[in-house]
Amino acid sequence: MFIPHSDSDKSEMLEKIGLKSIKDLFKDVPEKYRYPDLNLPEAISEMEALQNLKDLADVNFSTDDMLCFMGAGAYNHYIPAAVDSIITRGEFLTAYTPYQPEVSQGTLQAIFEYQSLIAALTGMEVSNASHYDGATAAAEACVLAYHNFRGKRNKFVLSKGLHPQYRETIQTYFQGYENLKIVGFDNPSQMPNDDDLLNLVDLDTAIVYVQYPDFFGRIRDFTKFVEQVHEKGALVAVSVNPMALGMLKPPGEFGVDIVTGEGQPLGIPLSFGGPYLGLFATKKEFVRKLAGRLVGETVDKEGRKGYVLTLTAREQHIRREKATSNICTNQGLIALAATVYLSLLGKHGLEQVARLNFDKAHYAATQFNQLNDFEVVSNSPFFNEFVLKCPLPVEEINALLLDYDILGGYDLSKDYPELENCMLVAVTEAVSKDDIDYFVSSLQEVCHG
Amino acid sequence: MVEATIFEISSPGRIGVKYPESDVPSFELPAELERRHLPLPEVAELDVVRHFTRLSKLNYSIDSGFYPLGSCTMKYNPRINEVTARLSGFAKTHPLQPVDTVQGNLALMYELQEWLAEISGFSAITLQPAAGAQGEYTGVLIIRAYHKDRGDTKRTKMIIPDSAHGTNPASSSMSGFDVVHCATNEHGNIDLDSLRAVCDDTTAGLMLTNPNTLGLFEQGISEVIEIVHQAGGLVYGDGANLNALLGITRPGDLGIDIMHFNLHKTFSTPHGGGGPGSGPVGVASHLVDFLPCPVVGILEPASGDFPPFYGFVEPAKSIGRMKAFYGHFGMVIRAYTYISMYGKHGLREIAEGAVLNANYLMALVNKHYKVAYPRICMHEFVVEGHWPNAPEVIALDVSKRLMDYNFHPPTNYFPLIVPEALMIEPTETENKETLELFADALIKISDEAVNNPQLLKDAPHNTPIGRLDEVKAAKDLVLCCWIPEKEN
Repeated sequence: MFIPHSDSDKSEMLEKIGLKSIKDLFKDVPEKYRYPDLNLPEAISEMEALQNLKDLADVNFSTDDMLCFMGAGAYNHYIPAAVDSIITRGEFLTAYTPYQPEVSQGTLQAIFEYQSLIAALTGMEVSNASHYDGATAAAEACVLAYHNFRGKRNKFVLSKGLHPQYRETIQTYFQGYENLKIVGFDNPSQMPNDDDLLNLVDLDTAIVYVQYPDFFGRIRDFTKFVEQVHEKGALVAVSVNPMALGMLKPPGEFGVDIVTGEGQPLGIPLSFGGPYLGLFATKKEFVRKLAGRLVGETVDKEGRKGYVLTLTAREQHIRREKATSNICTNQGLIALAATVYLSLLGKHGLEQVARLNFDKAHYAATQFNQLNDFEVVSNSPFFNEFVLKCPLPVEEINALLLDYDILGGYDLSKDYPELENCMLVAVTEAVSKDDIDYFVSSLQEVCHG
Repeated sequence: MVEATIFEISSPGRIGVKYPESDVPSFELPAELERRHLPLPEVAELDVVRHFTRLSKLNYSIDSGFYPLGSCTMKYNPRINEVTARLSGFAKTHPLQPVDTVQGNLALMYELQEWLAEISGFSAITLQPAAGAQGEYTGVLIIRAYHKDRGDTKRTKMIIPDSAHGTNPASSSMSGFDVVHCATNEHGNIDLDSLRAVCDDTTAGLMLTNPNTLGLFEQGISEVIEIVHQAGGLVYGDGANLNALLGITRPGDLGIDIMHFNLHKTFSTPHGGGGPGSGPVGVASHLVDFLPCPVVGILEPASGDFPPFYGFVEPAKSIGRMKAFYGHFGMVIRAYTYISMYGKHGLREIAEGAVLNANYLMALVNKHYKVAYPRICMHEFVVEGHWPNAPEVIALDVSKRLMDYNFHPPTNYFPLIVPEALMIEPTETENKETLELFADALIKISDEAVNNPQLLKDAPHNTPIGRLDEVKAAKDLVLCCWIPEKEN
């Protein structure tokens, strides 16, 4: 299988080492704890393992079995075949972090192109080589802001429209900071306007975090908002859905300081929540405070263009306890998938697929608005997701929809009790008009049946 | 060779994917939100496939050759893992689906939690952390929460041996601990007097890598743990080097309180050119309530023909959520596949093979390279890449010259306590002949260092590109091939 040693290999090797048996290699291990009897199943062959895993996978209902209207931070999009074909190449799959640039130009150039694509898409000046996911990228943006003010500004203002799991992650990361106040997300009105946050911004505020489209699907222009926050000297970060930027004004044009986001829509399978891709882009003035790896262009002795990891002096292995982030391994291969996806779709494809999402979601909303017992309550422009008030609790509806082979939208009352009976409906290019019509009629049927 | 960037091969009007025509009416976006300029490349599918295929050929990888990068456990990544992780029943499930529609995912996660607990001797596991460094941060936050919960608020110091991974001190300071160092003795173990001197009632814990970054098993492990426990601190184990201990000993049995795993090292999930990793964390019984949320639990036990019903549970005093959703599920599937194929007896063969290979390779080269701490090593060993009679040659030159012999270099300049360190980890999946060829190359290079040092200084000679100007990269800071165009 995966270990090649024959008995004669082992005895020749032991002889060279000067030992009699394999057990002699482990004499430093305290004897009473040596060779535990592990309560694990017996080994199985590759063929049996595959069958076993297939059996487990078959217990699940997947988006192959159901029409998917669930989003809330992870979206069911079509992934072109070429993406997987590239990222399963052993040369990319089985390489390490490119510490030795002469034998890692493939990975390095791909990251450089990834940085370029993300900068282009967000309208920002620089992007890092990736972060774990949208939630941890948001937490790292707060770390950047906190250190930018040397710990002297102790308030983070987070929009209620920032993904609740991103906010929870930020709270986890900062639990050791006793003077820090994290405010804004608990506005009692159902779906407040982010302009309400401006009342909370003061000279103690390090960062204001909004989302675009926000958790409720809403989109708006943040230009004036950013100006007003900047008047108080605080930074503005925005978490984005990168697919939406195929048709929406990029956040760089709002003047924001940091753009983070969940890169999953860019050719990454749903895979029950991970691995995904944390996007992180910013202005050049913050580049030395940026967490994570960065690839820069340079030349070799003969003047040939090449790429290296750069500004490594910011990182944990050099600065050790003075580093502001400990990130080491990031999402290399997933960033490569996004790079291939964005290259394939390009300028026209990304706009087209964003348009398909926008139009289909609006078509669905229009159909619901014609019904008596349903109301689209996210009363503002949206991208591919909207809030639908239903006549019954969403959890009940979703259980019934499974009989129609439909995965209904997210139950917002789980995070926001005041949004009782509110479903966050996501519509992507993966569904047709007929699918949407079937969803609308099925939803009507389960609520009245 | 130089490959043009994807932006440079772009040509207006090309597209790599065609989507269906819209079957719904078109709706209007408010004009102030419309994007006016989308500066992405325009290329056909073949352009994309060729471009990335050519790039891939500029990489060295495990699939193309020996990759003895110390501390990184570059073992073979079984292909079956790539098949199981892509089964549509797994890959096409949404993280927010009702739990009764994802019982297969939850059963797999629950079982892996149980297996990792059994392998390591811990009471409970979280699969949530995204990578080793995030696992460490999780562990450090748990240590913090544990002391706080006991009202023990004086504990502000984290002890870190000078042989620790770079992420350890960064993880500690991120959560507000002051880092205190302790020294290594002449045998490569933690110096017990140095440890005693820094342990007191302000000690939150010790971050211990065992085997340490010298590749040595901590000979005083029981005393080390006892000293820290006596002072009221907890012991964090960095599990990056767990490959040496599989089936040999269990960190939990040794008295370690908390440890992260690197599924992308020990359990063969591919490194992908820098991720994704996966860094589950195991804890002893007194820390179970502090695990991040959620963890997978059994909500209703199995009865008759019915399997257990799985769901998510929140530990009582949880430190909170470390990331969105539940961890890198795709990596969890791969690790599960791998462990199931080794089973209860096979895991020990992994550690035995890794340790045998490291000691064999050390025996082949130890007359030509100074071994930092000459004793039986575990899965890796550290030598010095310099010689008294070759004054201008440094470890970096040895590494670069190894590329000319078609090998990936070892880890350079780590650990920091060994001058001109070359940290070599062969892993268990390499055969004897490969180790011998690598040793031959190292020995030839030690000879070249003395007789033809310029050959090393100018290396590599046979790679797609020569040594790169890193100073220029940091000074000029060209970080993207497209300069943002401001519009109004």
